[in-house]
Amino acid sequence: MMSLDPATVRRIAKLARIRVEDAELPKLQADLAAILGYVEQLGEIDVTGIEPLSGAAQMALRMRADIVTDGGQTEAILANAPGREGDFFTVPKVVE
Amino acid sequence: MLTDLTIAGALAGLAARDFSATELTTAHLDAIAALNPQLNAFITVTPELALAQAAAADEARAKGHAGPLAGIPIAIKDLFCTKDVRTTAASHILDHFIPPYDSTVTAQLRAAGAVTLGKANLDEFAMGSSNMSSAYGPVENPWHRQGQATRLVPGGSSGGSAAVVAARLALGATGTDTGGSIRQPASFTGTVGMKPTYGRCSRYGIIAFASSLDQAGPMARTVEDCALMLAAMAGFDPRDSTSAERPVPDFAAACRHSVKGMRIGIPTEYAAPGMPAAITDIWQRGQNWLREQGAEIVEVSLPHTKYGVPTYYIVATAECSSNLARYDGVRFGERVEGEDLIDLYERTRAAGFGAEVKRRILLGTYVLSAGYYDAYYLRAQQVRQLILRDFTEVFSKVDALLTPTAPSAAFAIGEMMDDPVTMYLNDIFTVPASLAGVPAMSVPAGLDHQGLPLGLQVIGKHFDESSVFAVAAALERAAGFTATPSLMAGAKP
Repeated sequence: MMSLDPATVRRIAKLARIRVEDAELPKLQADLAAILGYVEQLGEIDVTGIEPLSGAAQMALRMRADIVTDGGQTEAILANAPGREGDFFTVPKVVE
Repeated sequence: MLTDLTIAGALAGLAARDFSATELTTAHLDAIAALNPQLNAFITVTPELALAQAAAADEARAKGHAGPLAGIPIAIKDLFCTKDVRTTAASHILDHFIPPYDSTVTAQLRAAGAVTLGKANLDEFAMGSSNMSSAYGPVENPWHRQGQATRLVPGGSSGGSAAVVAARLALGATGTDTGGSIRQPASFTGTVGMKPTYGRCSRYGIIAFASSLDQAGPMARTVEDCALMLAAMAGFDPRDSTSAERPVPDFAAACRHSVKGMRIGIPTEYAAPGMPAAITDIWQRGQNWLREQGAEIVEVSLPHTKYGVPTYYIVATAECSSNLARYDGVRFGERVEGEDLIDLYERTRAAGFGAEVKRRILLGTYVLSAGYYDAYYLRAQQVRQLILRDFTEVFSKVDALLTPTAPSAAFAIGEMMDDPVTMYLNDIFTVPASLAGVPAMSVPAGLDHQGLPLGLQVIGKHFDESSVFAVAAALERAAGFTATPSLMAGAKP
């Protein structure tokens, strides 16, 4: 497993879409390295042939009828929008 | 005092017309006005809504169709969406978020007639074990070390809910538990908290942290009160894909079942090295109490216990990095403008999330990223399978498990903040049950040498909350826990 250098922290922050200032990097790097160091102990367990467990539900996911059950909620959906024009969310210009 | 009543006691008093729901609610609103400025246990108080609900409960009772919780004042953890009432998850990114709908759990509580006093403080997005990560400031534990003024944490993440119940600002509160967020604060505040089986309560409308672990549950001052609340909170909901389509048993009746003949497992791995003597002692006393009531105490082994916390911090952070991707400053929540769309996302999330939330999103992003997925995330899921297997095997031999709830009593505000791992270790006894999805409950068992409450945890089989309630009630009867915190409604300063 790779050590966590500042470039890696930057790359993760980019993937996570969180702006990180240079001054924040050393503390983040140290904290993440400490947690990764701690979870390394999972490497000592033999997991050969063990089926991964993705959830705690003791059931298979239910199927439901493919029908419309809700809708027509434009105002409720837009009520908390930070930027809105008419019935649309607004964002900075994406296409030049 | 009305604020000292249990939920069961208040229901009896309301039924006998000894007092009205309006009087009961007013008493709690007065207590909130007096103590919340110090405790910071509520983020939002809704007195007008509460009084309107109380009046409706009084009217319903007069007409003879009161719901099972009609007129009972409770607090709602500010992670449950409440229609037209601001819901923040204790995060600045949701400072002004007003949900247009109710979570299923809060809707069911309201339908049962409960009065909602307000929204309880928590760790930001329920990520923490101390309430220190709330963007609305820490909650103060109503308990203090004997003769000391040091402000202690109430635990977390449901720390506001726990403090509210302990200080008698509400008769009960909702909590959510992802790795111990109901049980550890219950232990720290001398209250009772139940994390039901995963799937028992709908997750619909609960702001998501780690969806395969998140589960709502009740917090109150007695085991029976938790049973009464859970009855109203639980049940199948087609809007949650992992909601269990099963009947809800009579939990209050289960509290009256004897433990005679039950087999109670004591997992040897929960005897953590360096655990305070007071906790070892109270655990031993708990075993004796159950034995005296006719239960058989059996030593058992859950060999993967020590891998619980590392597994949890991979699984939970991976899920949180995915769940919290929705906070992008576009559809709801706060926005920080940027040069372009990516810059808007990055600035919005940098300003909106606190340090612990960012740390977890980054860790989760890392363990899911190309090249690391197998080494971290896949392996953690495999270890999770082994942890579940531990419980499955043990529950072929015993009916329930008895363990301490937390490795310490409440610590001081600002302590354990040096590095994240120290704080994470608070959850060592609660995380395994979360990973396995089994029900678990903390019940106050006694005080340590400094006069702080300590809880014992009862863990049961999937969907066997009834046995958990029976064992917890037996512990409660034997413990006779009557100690009260230094800060509470009506207490002399």
